[in-house]
Amino acid sequence: MFKILEAEQLSANVYKQVILAPRVAKSCEPGQFVIVRVDETAERIPLTICDYDREAGTITIVFQPIGVSTYKLVKLKAGDSILDFVGPLGRPSDLVTDDFEEVKKKKIVFIAGGVGTAPVYPQAKWLHEHGIECDIIVGARTKDLLILEKEMSSVGNLHLCTDDGSYGFKGVGTAMLEKLVSEGREFDHCVAIGPMIMMKFACLTTKKLGIPTVVSMNPIMVDGTGMCGACRVMVGDEVKFACVDGPEFDGHKIDFDQAMKRAAMYKTEEGRRLLKYQEGETHHGGCGNCGGDK
Amino acid sequence: MAAGLTRVPVREQQPKVRATNFEEVCYGYNKEEAVEESQRCLGCKKAKCMEGCPVSINIPGFIAAVKEERFEDAFHIISESSSLPAVCGRVCPQESQCEGVCIRGKKGDPVSIGKLERFVADWARENGIKPTPAAEKNGKKVAVIGSGPAGLTCAGDLAKLGYEVKIFEALHKAGGVLVYGIPEFRLPKDRVVAPEVENVKSLGVEIETDVIIGRTVKLDELIEDEGFDAVFIGSGAGLPKFMGIPGETACGVLSANEYLTRNNLMKAFNPEYDTPIVHGKKVVVVGGGNVAMDAARTALRLGAETHIVYRRSEEELPARAEEVHHAKEEGIIFDLLTNPVEILVDENDAVKGVKCIRMELGEPDASGRRRPVEIPGSEFDIDCDTVIMSLGTSPNPLISSTTKGLEINRRQCIVVTEETGATSKEGVYAGGDAVTGAATVILAMGAGKTAAKGIHEYLSNK
Repeated sequence: MFKILEAEQLSANVYKQVILAPRVAKSCEPGQFVIVRVDETAERIPLTICDYDREAGTITIVFQPIGVSTYKLVKLKAGDSILDFVGPLGRPSDLVTDDFEEVKKKKIVFIAGGVGTAPVYPQAKWLHEHGIECDIIVGARTKDLLILEKEMSSVGNLHLCTDDGSYGFKGVGTAMLEKLVSEGREFDHCVAIGPMIMMKFACLTTKKLGIPTVVSMNPIMVDGTGMCGACRVMVGDEVKFACVDGPEFDGHKIDFDQAMKRAAMYKTEEGRRLLKYQEGETHHGGCGNCGGDK
Repeated sequence: MAAGLTRVPVREQQPKVRATNFEEVCYGYNKEEAVEESQRCLGCKKAKCMEGCPVSINIPGFIAAVKEERFEDAFHIISESSSLPAVCGRVCPQESQCEGVCIRGKKGDPVSIGKLERFVADWARENGIKPTPAAEKNGKKVAVIGSGPAGLTCAGDLAKLGYEVKIFEALHKAGGVLVYGIPEFRLPKDRVVAPEVENVKSLGVEIETDVIIGRTVKLDELIEDEGFDAVFIGSGAGLPKFMGIPGETACGVLSANEYLTRNNLMKAFNPEYDTPIVHGKKVVVVGGGNVAMDAARTALRLGAETHIVYRRSEEELPARAEEVHHAKEEGIIFDLLTNPVEILVDENDAVKGVKCIRMELGEPDASGRRRPVEIPGSEFDIDCDTVIMSLGTSPNPLISSTTKGLEINRRQCIVVTEETGATSKEGVYAGGDAVTGAATVILAMGAGKTAAKGIHEYLSNK
């Protein structure tokens, strides 16, 4: 059992929890993730590591509820426990493992979208702690959906944007990047993390601008340890497994259209289970599965 | 009748009934049946069956005890050699091991050694009999990576010798392939696997789940920081293999590992659990091993018309004979001498069929089996909505890539000295699929046993 020390709602649909998991906190690095199983009947769900404290032995997770298991997680409060919490999974970010002198020379820009802002934070924080300054573009549909503004502004040059212009620059993250470049800013390394569609367009833009780009893939996963093969993604001509080869890949080589289709593979089934969970005793059909419609 | 040529038949669930549920197929022997079958054992002095057993169970010894209805004694005789008898009695390929060399088999049926082992183990569990723990601890600590058949066996043997043993398991549940791979209808989880894991724990073995060696903790840290005197790696199979044919990343193509893990470990067949699974209407399983049979019979139970597509003929099917027999009885369709060449997809990138080619058998290859050769122009399509690839696995790189001085071979398998299980790194031993690539439960147990002996010798002389 893993104790939840803090639980907080960050925006309309994004939540943050601080979990006591000393083994994971001791070994995790920016770019890695964890798998959580809330209770006996829950799915194993991969979640982002947003922060870690090696001394306190804690991991901060940030997530958006989508299926039954994440909705169960939302209901838990500080003091409650999660049944299983395993990690760190995936390879650490190249920025952390590559030759430090090389990384130091790079002019780095992050593009974060929605809940994808969370995994960007530990990378930017790591760079900041190692004396490397970076630019961070954080985008959201509207002001109320922006998260981690304070944290982000403390670790890099923050550029906020909203689709509707309710806060910061009006437009998507990639438009912000194009603006910075047109103003004469130069970047030679981009990390884009967010919804698949956002990463796809970020990569189209950076390809045009000639900026090598790393993305963090979050495909369907079961065990997360390199056993099930559910998380395979096409990178160029090669099949790669996000859990052991990733989650970070060269964004210019990813087949995003296929990745998006694969991500939707269990949607109907998950939707049915979610409907049943949310309606509980009052569930009498509508899921197309239980026979209640007839 | 007692010394007859045919074995006492075992009771099973009717094929039509069991094809719709996940209850165990085989009911096993009751006391009377077990005693009757035990009379058929000749009690050979130079017992060939023992030589045929990878963990050298004293087979004539335990069967003699069954004859005299001394079931508790029979259990302790088996326990000297095996920590998982209820599992082995159910999943060992007896026909190619103990029963394959039984003298009785020369004329008539060999003795039903597997069913007798299962009976003894089940009887012991139902009567609360536990294996005997070590009299005293020797103060030395051994870490075991993985709680599958290799790890449990190695841990059990070392605990009996007085070692303080801790198993690290990456998943949330102990048992390895016994819980994520082999389905409920062949190996019940709560009734059989969990009590066998408890038996190993009753010997003093501690199990910590949710720890991935190579990620959460490095192997070197186990020795340097956590004070273990030796380590056994039984991390099991790794990444699933795919064919490398067009369409293989389409929606609806999955590995048998994924399909079985969803169903067995995550219990997706049970609507009370949150994990989803593909409910195919027509499923093609590619491969001919035990895992392929398990995947096909799972798909059948989830309501699909299910085909096994295998490139050689029935004779070469690597699966256990009993599994092939059960699969056929349940209505699995076997498309033999057939090989997929392309996965056909619709406009949404979802599977709509498999293009296959007919094969014929040519000259024997390196494995001694006749090599399948394509028959030109014989392509044809099989309509389906789900394809499950069951082509084996290649070892997981997590441990070998994060441990200093651990030698691996070209196939990424850990290199060991066969007699002791010792790796190239001092104090580190390995066994099971991590060393051999995908094999059987009992071979992994045999390797766990060998390594336990190797570790004992190493630490005794240190």
